[in-house]
Amino acid sequence: MTTLATTIGDSTTMLRRNLRRLQRYPSLTLLLAGMPIVFLLLFVYVFGGQLSHGLDTALSGGHTGRAGYLNYVTPGILLMTVAAAVQGTAIVVAMDMTGGIIDRFRTMAIARSAVLTGHVLASLIQTLVSIGVVLGVAVALGFRPTAGPLAWLAAIGVLVLFSFALIWLATALGLAAKSVETASNTPMFLTFLPFLGSGFVLAASMPTGLRQFAHYQPFTPATETLRGLLTGTPIGGNAVMTVAWSAGIAVASYLWARRLYADRRP
Amino acid sequence: MRDHRRPAVVATQVRKSFGETPVLDGVDLVAEEGTIFALLGPNGAGKTTMVRILSTLVPADSGTVRVAGHDVVDDPDGVRASIGVTGQFSAVDDLLTGAENLQLMADLNHLGRAAGRERVVELLGRFGLLDAAGRAASTYSGGMRRRLDLAMTLVGSPRVIFLDEPTTGLDPRGRRQMWNDIRDLAADGVTIFLTTQYLDEADALADRIAVLDHGRIVAEGTPDELKRRIPGGHIRLRFGDPSALRAAAALVDGAAADHEALALRVPGTGDVASLRRLLAELDDAQIAVEELSISRPDLDDVFFAVTGHPTTEAEAA
Repeated sequence: MTTLATTIGDSTTMLRRNLRRLQRYPSLTLLLAGMPIVFLLLFVYVFGGQLSHGLDTALSGGHTGRAGYLNYVTPGILLMTVAAAVQGTAIVVAMDMTGGIIDRFRTMAIARSAVLTGHVLASLIQTLVSIGVVLGVAVALGFRPTAGPLAWLAAIGVLVLFSFALIWLATALGLAAKSVETASNTPMFLTFLPFLGSGFVLAASMPTGLRQFAHYQPFTPATETLRGLLTGTPIGGNAVMTVAWSAGIAVASYLWARRLYADRRP
Repeated sequence: MRDHRRPAVVATQVRKSFGETPVLDGVDLVAEEGTIFALLGPNGAGKTTMVRILSTLVPADSGTVRVAGHDVVDDPDGVRASIGVTGQFSAVDDLLTGAENLQLMADLNHLGRAAGRERVVELLGRFGLLDAAGRAASTYSGGMRRRLDLAMTLVGSPRVIFLDEPTTGLDPRGRRQMWNDIRDLAADGVTIFLTTQYLDEADALADRIAVLDHGRIVAEGTPDELKRRIPGGHIRLRFGDPSALRAAAALVDGAAADHEALALRVPGTGDVASLRRLLAELDDAQIAVEELSISRPDLDDVFFAVTGHPTTEAEAA
């Protein structure tokens, strides 16, 4: 029998364990936060000059040229940071599931949900730290968000919600993987999705099939919402779409992960 | 003396198959409270599956299991609160230090801050890990990891402890130390259920031994009862020439001669008195012995005696 108090207590213990593990294994966090930074530098300094030509200043926070493109691309890069960070979630979950310690946890009278909750919360903190670092680099390069305090709060809310959804998805993928190697590969498709949306170029410039995909995939409304909140571009129905996508992915992935965890019998 | 003890582990007609392959085929066993029970068998006999069923990790296909008075199906958390499990594969967190691993267990056992810390230090001291307490578990030797693993199992003061092949992979020193740790635990009144492939280990530690083969218990009893069923112990004498062998074979009762190896196999446990008698007999008859060796019964002998086939056949599963 587990009460709410023990569930919270056990989850906190697991969170502490996972944060400590991340601290001991910093190369993983650095590697995963480094990837979006490399893309940011690549797109701003290599492609940015050229790409900025087709960009309306209404979409680039009023800036022109390279600085304009930096303002346009940063929201997409922040979402790419989330996609990269959750690869770490899948890896860490799979490391746990394929190691011996999970059997120890399973033979102890602890809250059933604590193991996964601990992973999800630790990953959320790790992802938010990564976002902070990438945002810091973008600001250092000249990203100038125009958001007021409320818009900032909403932007953080969008990032947390979207991260939460992808972390549950990655947790399920980590549980489904038979090995750590597989777990490090399966969530990789997420890091490509920002390219196939409005993260780097206008979706309207894409050929029909791709444009339709871009229009309906979750990264596009999330990018548009984040861009609108940070730099004042129009948001329209994208906010609702983002919340719906995030909630849908989170709930479906949570149920999937819970079943995988309960069924896992090596 | 053991007659009044209550059973700590009771398994009745436990069956388990993985796909089409039956792994456990109607296992019955009882381990009494405060005793050491050894499940002896070769690789693939079903020992680990049995431990996984007893410790709530996998459900049996049929049969009932009660551990510390709780049914594993109806009340798994009741079982979990009473047991500790040290599996065959290391269940320590490599990225955490020894002390942090134990503290994690203290927190998950809800010991409270002060009591938890006290327990961690106590166990570090008891298992000789105080000096290594601040080092990551990944830097530990095999023996140290196994001791940390066992210490983690003990944090919650379990009444029943499952040890799945606790000494496999340890060097002789580590093995000896693990045996002492297990005996100390039993002395504290804890019930210990261990699996092993080594007859000498079961013999040295267990109050009762059950022999598992192809998912069935083929023999069960105290170490003495089991050993009485094994004819494997013998003294082997080698001679310089065939005439000496023939003379010796005629002289010693119950001896079997191997003419190709010029060796004589004499049944016996190899105790000093019987050896002295045997050698004196040969000496009196002026028969020179080139070489003498004593064979103790091993797992192969047990299996041959109770199943009629050697252990290697059982490794297919």
